[in-house]
Amino acid sequence: MHEHDGRTHGHPDPHPGARPDADDTLTYYQVMEIAVRELLIEKGVLSADAVRREVEKMDARSPAQGARVVARAWTDPAFKAKLLALGNDALVDLGLERGPYKLVVVENMTDVHNVVVCTLCSCYPRWLLGLPPDWYKSRNYRSRTVREPRAVLREFGLELCEDITVRVHDSTAEMRYLVLPARPAGTEGWSQDQLSAIVTRDCMIGVAVPKANS
Amino acid sequence: MSAAPGAAAVTARFRTGDRVKVRWADGPGHIRTPWYIRGHTGVIERLCGVYANPEELAYARSGLPAQPLYRVRFTQAQVWPDYTGSRADTIDIEIYQHWLESA
Repeated sequence: MHEHDGRTHGHPDPHPGARPDADDTLTYYQVMEIAVRELLIEKGVLSADAVRREVEKMDARSPAQGARVVARAWTDPAFKAKLLALGNDALVDLGLERGPYKLVVVENMTDVHNVVVCTLCSCYPRWLLGLPPDWYKSRNYRSRTVREPRAVLREFGLELCEDITVRVHDSTAEMRYLVLPARPAGTEGWSQDQLSAIVTRDCMIGVAVPKANS
Repeated sequence: MSAAPGAAAVTARFRTGDRVKVRWADGPGHIRTPWYIRGHTGVIERLCGVYANPEELAYARSGLPAQPLYRVRFTQAQVWPDYTGSRADTIDIEIYQHWLESA
């Protein structure tokens, strides 16, 4: 029994159009996660608050961090050189987390476009960009981006002519990838904040490119 | 997982620019070499470092000696015979040394 507007009514009473609860049926791995987490807490290895803090910390990471990195690379050639050679060290220079994986930065140029996918699962530079979008984890994106990248990019609204080489990066093991987009024309003299505002998550995965008028 | 400094590692056999073929093999467990690239020939783009073998780590073994990990660049038109994009398009994949042989 529960109340709506002070009135009480009994169940079963399906609310028409109500969205099903996302956690009403646990999968095998969800049950396993709960079991392992409860054991670790019971044994004093972790605390519930420590788990909560990590979840909160992950949710606070966002593509804005990556956008700062890109804007800096656009305006500081020495930083850009370091970012391409030693990505994690360059992050530390900006006060960002070094991260648990090696960061490989791939640069878009007038004749090269890079796009990142993880065919095996959903590898993504989470410490830098936060959690990946749902489509990045979909079977559709993962299987088709390696097979027909130009068709996938077209569906994202990015049409690339034949003169531009498409480089797909399948993130299968220990590297994590960040696309360094090309700085668009019409942004001369812009501040770091103005520049980072046009660098979106999708630009850093490689399914979009920044635009001066976006 | 990055191998601890000083941990035993296999010597890197390949250098940037070397042609390599991905072994056509199958095995149980946590394999990071995608099916679609097995048997194909590419070029070493860079050596990424040495890492404990994930196929061993998945069974709670040490994964040592650590395996060199490379980024290997393949030509899309060779991987997919019906590829419709530019002949210059590529796919780069991280592959552990024990999956590679000279080509």
